[in-house]
Amino acid sequence: MLDAVWIVTALPAASFLVILFFGKRLPKKGAGIGIAAVGASFVLSCITAAQWIDHVNAAEGHSVGLGAFVGKGMLLSGSEHAVVKPVVHSITWWHNGGVSFGVGTYVDGLTVMMMFVVTIISLLVHIYSTGYMRGDHRYTWYFACLSLFTSSMLLLVVADNTLQMLVGWELVGLCSFMLIGFWWEDPANSRAAIKAFLTTRTGDIGLMIGVIILFFAVGSFGIEKTNVYASGPLGQHDILLAASVCLMIAIMGKSGQFPLHTWLPDAMAGPTPVSALIHAATMVVAGVFLGARLYPVFYDGFSIGNGGVNMMALIGGITILIGAVLAFVQQDIKKVLAYSTISQLGYMVMALGVGAWVAAVFHLFTHAFFKALLFLGAGSVSHGGTHHSFDMREMGGLRKSMPITFWTFLIGSLALAGIFPLAGFWSKDEILVNAGANGFDVFLVIGLVGAFLTAAYMTRCVYLTFFGEYRGTHHPHESERSITIPLIVLAGFSILAGLVNAAPLGLEKFAEYVQPTFAFPDLMHVEFDYPKAILSVALATLAIGIAAFYWFRREEFGALEGLTKRNKVAHAGYAFLENKYYLDHLYEDVIVDGIRGPIARASYWVNQHVIDGVVNGAGRGAKTVGQFAYGTVDQRVVDGAVNGLARETGAAGGELRKIQTGQVQRYALLLFAAVGLLSLALFLTNVL
Amino acid sequence: MWEQQVAFWILAVGMAVAAIGVVRTKNIVHAALSLVVVLAGAAAQYILLAAEFVAWAQVLIYIGAVVILFLFGIMLTRAPMRDDSSRLDNDQRWAAAAVALLVFGVLVALVVDAFGGQEIRFGAELVAQGRTQAIGTDLFRVFVVPFEVVSMLLLAALVGAVVLARKD
Amino acid sequence: MQLNQFLVLSAFLFGTGIYGVLARRNGVLVLMSVELMLNAVNINLIAFSAFNRNVGGQVFALFVIAIAAAEVGVGLAIVLLIYRNLRSPDLDEVDQLKG
Repeated sequence: MLDAVWIVTALPAASFLVILFFGKRLPKKGAGIGIAAVGASFVLSCITAAQWIDHVNAAEGHSVGLGAFVGKGMLLSGSEHAVVKPVVHSITWWHNGGVSFGVGTYVDGLTVMMMFVVTIISLLVHIYSTGYMRGDHRYTWYFACLSLFTSSMLLLVVADNTLQMLVGWELVGLCSFMLIGFWWEDPANSRAAIKAFLTTRTGDIGLMIGVIILFFAVGSFGIEKTNVYASGPLGQHDILLAASVCLMIAIMGKSGQFPLHTWLPDAMAGPTPVSALIHAATMVVAGVFLGARLYPVFYDGFSIGNGGVNMMALIGGITILIGAVLAFVQQDIKKVLAYSTISQLGYMVMALGVGAWVAAVFHLFTHAFFKALLFLGAGSVSHGGTHHSFDMREMGGLRKSMPITFWTFLIGSLALAGIFPLAGFWSKDEILVNAGANGFDVFLVIGLVGAFLTAAYMTRCVYLTFFGEYRGTHHPHESERSITIPLIVLAGFSILAGLVNAAPLGLEKFAEYVQPTFAFPDLMHVEFDYPKAILSVALATLAIGIAAFYWFRREEFGALEGLTKRNKVAHAGYAFLENKYYLDHLYEDVIVDGIRGPIARASYWVNQHVIDGVVNGAGRGAKTVGQFAYGTVDQRVVDGAVNGLARETGAAGGELRKIQTGQVQRYALLLFAAVGLLSLALFLTNVL
Repeated sequence: MWEQQVAFWILAVGMAVAAIGVVRTKNIVHAALSLVVVLAGAAAQYILLAAEFVAWAQVLIYIGAVVILFLFGIMLTRAPMRDDSSRLDNDQRWAAAAVALLVFGVLVALVVDAFGGQEIRFGAELVAQGRTQAIGTDLFRVFVVPFEVVSMLLLAALVGAVVLARKD
Repeated sequence: MQLNQFLVLSAFLFGTGIYGVLARRNGVLVLMSVELMLNAVNINLIAFSAFNRNVGGQVFALFVIAIAAAEVGVGLAIVLLIYRNLRSPDLDEVDQLKG
C-alpha cells in the first residue's frame, strides 16, 4: 500500500464523480457511495499506516547510525533513530524548458498520520451527515462536495511536489467555499463564503511566491529535494528566510492565524458537519501541515534552532491569545468553538516556531478528535435541542434532555482544556514543555495563559448550554443514532488518543514513527517536565473552578451584571471584543474601501473619459466615414456608374430599336449595304 | 466587228436609260413601260451573243407575260396612275443610292480586275451553241432534273398565287 | 467584243435594280426592280456562256427566266393582299414588325 497510496486519493475522487452524475438516482441519494468510498480510504490508510510502521521497524533493525551528514551546525547524528527515507513515487507529466512537472506520492509518518486523521474524521462526518442533513434539498450535492474535499485533502497530504500541494490546497479552498456557502439562498452565507475564499486567497499569494522562490533555489518542485536543500550545506539562509516568510503568510491565511483569521468565525455559516470536518480537523490544519512538511525550510529560515522570538512563534502566540479572549464574548456556540479553533491553531504554529515539531503535529492529531467532537456535539444540540439555532441564549439545561450529547461534549471540553488524562493534556503539555525548554520562555507564559483562558471559556460554554434552566421555546430531545454514534466514537478517541505519545509513560510511539529522520533538522529532544505539566493542569482546573463558581452562583455576582453597560471602560473593552478588535472594520472599511474608493473613482473617470472617449470617438469617426462612403462613394460614384451604365444601355437600346422599323426595305438596305461592304473588303484584301 | 459594237452600245445606252427610268420615274405606268424597254434590250443583247432561243424565250415570257402581270397588278392595287412624286419614293433614297453605287463599284472593280481584256470570240460554234437544238439537247439530257423541278415550282407558284389572292 | 462590256452593263443594271428595290415605295415597283436585277444576272450568264463556249449558261438563263416569272406571280399576289389589308400599296405602311 505504501507504493499505491494514490488509490486512497482516487477513491473519494471517483465517488465524487459518481455521486455527481448518478447520486440522485441512488437509493441513499449518494450518501452510500460517499460513505463507502471514504470508509475504504480509511481502511487503506490504516493498512498504509501499519506498513509504514513495519517499514520503520525494518529500517531500525539495520540501523547503522549514519552520522555523516554534516552541515551548518546541523548534525544528523542518527541518535536513537536510523534514517528512514520516505517512500516516494512520482510520475512526470510533462517537461518544459528543463523543468518537469508531475504528480506523485510521498509517504512518511506525517503523511500516514494525516491520512488516518482525514479519513476517520471524514467517515464519521459522513455518517453524522446522513442524520443531520436529512431532507435537505441539496443532499446529494453535499455528499459530492464532501467526497471532493476528502480527495483534495488527501491529494495535498500525499503530495510529493509543491505544485501538487498547491493544487490540493486550492481545491480544499474551493470545497470550503462551496460548503460554507451551501445554503446560499441566504446572502449572509454567500458573503461568508466569499470572505473565507478571499482571505485565504490573500494567504495563497504567499504560498505561490514561496513555492516559486524555493523552486528557483532548489531547481525542482520536489519536496524531498527541497528538504535536502534546506537541511544541507547548500541551503542559502537568505533565500530560505524569504521563502519562510512567504509560506508563513500562507499558513496565516489557511490556518487562521492573526491577522488573517477573520474568516474562520464567519465560516460557521456552513452546515455543522462541514465546520467539524473542514474548519476544525482538516483543512485549517493544512497550514500547519505545510509548516511540518517543509520544516527544514522554516527551521533554517527563521533560525529556530537559535532560540529567540521568530515570526512563526510570535504569530502563533498572538493568535492563541486573541482567539481565546474573543471566545468569551460569543453568544453563538459555534463561534465559541471557532475562536477556540483559532486559538488551538495558534498553539500548533507556535509549537512549530519553537522547534517542537512532534508536539505541534501531535496536537494537530488530538485536536482533530476533540474539536470535531465539540462541533458535532454543537450540531447535535441544534438538531435536537433548539431546532437549528446555535444561540446559547436559547439553550440551557440540556444535560437532562440530551445526555449522550452532554457527556460527549463534556469530555471534549475537558480534553480541550488539557485535563489529565485526556488527549489534550498530553499534546498541549508537550508544547508547553518544549516552549519552556528551548529558551522560548515568553511563549511558555503565553501558552499557560492560553490554557487558563481555554478552560474558562469552555466552562462558560458548557454551562450556558447544558446547565441552568432551558431558555428556549422548543422541546429538546436527544438526537438520533446516526448523530450520537460518531459523538461516542470521537469521545473515545479524545480519551485514548493521547496515549500514543504519552512521554512519561514511555509511550512515544508517535514520535518514533511520525517524526521524519531524513533531511530533517536535529531537534532537541525535551524530556517530559513534571512541574510544568502539573502547573498547566492546575491552572486549567483553577480556571474551570473560577468560571463554574461565577456561572453557577451568578446571582451573587449581581453587581457585575450589566457592568459593561454602566462602566465606560468596561463597555469600551467589551465593545472592542465584540467587534473582534475592529479587525473586520479595518479590513473591510479602511483597507478595502480606502483602496476601492479612490481607485474606483479614478478608474471610473478613466473609463468615462479616456476609454469611452476613444470608443465613442471611434464610433463617431466610423459613422462619419460611413456616411461619406455612403453619400459620396456609394451614391454618386458607384451608383452613378451603375445607374449611368443602365441608363446608357437603355438609351442605346432605345436608339438601336429604331432600326427595327418593321419596314422591309429598311432591312433590305442594311442587307445590301452589308453585302457591299463585305465584298469590298474581300476584294481589297484578296485582289489588291 | 464594228457593227456589233455599235449595236451593243446603242442597246446598252438605251437599256441603261430605261433602267434608270424604271427606278426614277414618277409615273408608275411609265416605269412599267421602261421595264419593257429594258427587257427588249436584253433580248437584243442575247441575240448579239448568239443565244437565239433564250432571246425568244425572254421576249415571250418577260415582255409577253410578266409585264402584263405588272400592269394588272398596278390596276388592281389602284396605284395612282398620274404623276405622283411624293408617294413613289421612300425616305431612304440617298442611302439606297449610296449602297447601289457601292455594289456597282465593287462589281465593276472585280470584273475589270478579273476579266480585263478578255474577248468573246465569235464563230460558228457560238452560233451552233445558241440554237434550239443545242439547248434542247442539254436541257433534256444534262439538266432534266432541274427542268422537272422547275415545272413543280411553277405549279407551286401557280397554286400559291391563287390561294394568296383569292377573296374569302 | 470585250467580255467586260457585258459584265459592266450587267453590273449597272444590277445596281440600278438595287436602288429600285430599296428606294421605291410601291410594291409593284419593287418587283419591277427585282426583274431588273434578274435580267442583269441573265446577261451575265449569257455572256459567260459565249465566252466559255458552254451552253449551260444559256440553260441556266432559261431557268432564271422561268423562276422569275413564277416569282412575279406570287409577289403580285402578296402585293394584292397587302393592298387589301392596308388599303394602300404603300410598303412604308407595312410595319407591323416594328420594334
